[in-house]
Amino acid sequence: MTTARIMGSNPFINTWTLTKIRMRLAMRNRTFLFFSLIMPLGFLFFFVLVLAKGQAGWIAYILGAVLTMTVMGSFWGLSVQLVTFREQGILRRFRLAPIGAGPMLASSIVSNYLMTMPTVLIEILVCRFAFHMISWGNLWAVFLLVTFGSAAFSSFGLIVASVTNTMQETQVINQLIWTAFLFLSGATIPLAIFPAWIQRLSLFLPATYLATGLEAATTNLATAGEILTDVVALTVGVLVAFEISRQLFRWEPEAKVSPRAKLWVLAAMVPFLIFGIYENAAGTRLERIRRDYRTLQKFESHQSAPTDN
Amino acid sequence: MSIPVIQVEGLYKNYGAVEALRGVSFEVEEGEVFGLLGPNGAGKTSTVEILEGMRTPDRGLARVCGLDPEKSGFEFKEQIGAVLQSTSLPDKIRVKEAIELFAKFYRRHANTDDLLKRFQLEEKRTAFYSQLSGGQKQRLALAMALVNDPSVVFLDEPTAGLDPQVRREIYDIIEELKRDKKTVLLTTHYIEEAERLCDRVAIVDQGRVIALGTPRDLKHASAGTTRIEVRLTKPVADGELARLEGVTDCRQFDGAYVMHSSRPPQTIVALVKQLEAESNELQSLEMFSPSLEDAFIELTGRRLRE
Repeated sequence: MTTARIMGSNPFINTWTLTKIRMRLAMRNRTFLFFSLIMPLGFLFFFVLVLAKGQAGWIAYILGAVLTMTVMGSFWGLSVQLVTFREQGILRRFRLAPIGAGPMLASSIVSNYLMTMPTVLIEILVCRFAFHMISWGNLWAVFLLVTFGSAAFSSFGLIVASVTNTMQETQVINQLIWTAFLFLSGATIPLAIFPAWIQRLSLFLPATYLATGLEAATTNLATAGEILTDVVALTVGVLVAFEISRQLFRWEPEAKVSPRAKLWVLAAMVPFLIFGIYENAAGTRLERIRRDYRTLQKFESHQSAPTDN
Repeated sequence: MSIPVIQVEGLYKNYGAVEALRGVSFEVEEGEVFGLLGPNGAGKTSTVEILEGMRTPDRGLARVCGLDPEKSGFEFKEQIGAVLQSTSLPDKIRVKEAIELFAKFYRRHANTDDLLKRFQLEEKRTAFYSQLSGGQKQRLALAMALVNDPSVVFLDEPTAGLDPQVRREIYDIIEELKRDKKTVLLTTHYIEEAERLCDRVAIVDQGRVIALGTPRDLKHASAGTTRIEVRLTKPVADGELARLEGVTDCRQFDGAYVMHSSRPPQTIVALVKQLEAESNELQSLEMFSPSLEDAFIELTGRRLRE
């Protein structure tokens, strides 16, 4: 046998190698293309044309909401993919090679991020040029929130995959969490119209920090300092969730997770528990959300008012 | 005295109430093709997966190239190659991509084109994994096991479920490994595989090694008897055939009487006389020279694939 090259087993090189192949595999998967590109764009067109009826003032706000859904999609995609790979015995083949859980997990997060970015870009361009969004918003803030949001929600998905034993179990848990993320964060229904107790409850959800951050960034209604708190919340979320998913990672389909290990999931929620307590006690986030919503309503009534001439 | 490449001492493994391994011990020398032969559930896969670092033994010692498979991490993984019994690859990965992908994980690795050629996968290099036949998937698994040019190769039932033609192709590859002086640990429940490929064989049953030696030694240990299998039109009384001249052992399997005889011609003459006297008739008669199957039957009282 010809031994052609000598290379090192470097975790960063392994992560990049796995990232590239994951991207290639995803591009060959029609389901992935549907959920990562067609469905988010479908949501964008539906929200803009049906709910906002094309009113320019709301376009930026809707873009923030749709970007949130696009980024949160990582949660579903990665958990399902990891469980599939484990159930089919694909992970155990990788286990034989000199690679650890870190590169396996990191590559799924990085590849998902790189494949989410084109959809994010298309959504922004469609809003700006097709729907005449008034300004670009705070693109730097959008970039940071999408980056850390994608990594955080990917890590949450990986945790779910690690603590569930079957695909069926994964789907049920995903559905429960996803529903809470989607409807209690401001990603679909503006938080400002909810009763106060729901608004307070939403401050414990990671999705709220992504949704309100992105909506504030696209509408350009928040200061850089206000958006920074969302970025910090998501960054802490990524670090904690990634480490927990690494600790809980299982290569083998028959290696069932113990009920005790499932308690680790609660640890992933600790940062948001702390943020939630802080925001409820001393934060200004809810005030900011209500303020931004009122501003948008004023803009809308100003636009729709009859002119004098 | 040379240190064995694979060393297993008093290995125990339980899965809940099931005792999969009950003190398995053996050693494999460098360049040896060593077989673990036994029926399903005998403990072969558990043994191999402990040696691959995929499972933790409850008790006992396992060493490969002097390394503890469980604790030596990547250093250990660089040394071994393996074909797992139950594994898969993503459906949409191409053959060449799969080999290249795994090659990149190792410090030392083989040329992808050489492997494709050696395993007759050149024509399938751009095919998706899901488009491959069972034999092609197994050839790819073998190619991937050798992607790091390992010194020790574990093959867990590499020909299970494959048709005879593909099985023979796999045998050729394993014989090539033998010529390359690779140390190979092979598990199988095919007698002919163990006889043809293995330098030494450990017969495993119910979590224990019940016999160990070269295929020739094991066959001779089965008293050097010829196996005679007969089917009769009418059943005979228990023990009647065991009393025939030359018969050392007689058991009934699936409606056939399996006798072991040290003097086959005399046994057959005696059998024919007995059947005539009882107005019974032969439906079929087959004779086999001593095989590992006989050794297994003698040791366990069961066939390998029961």
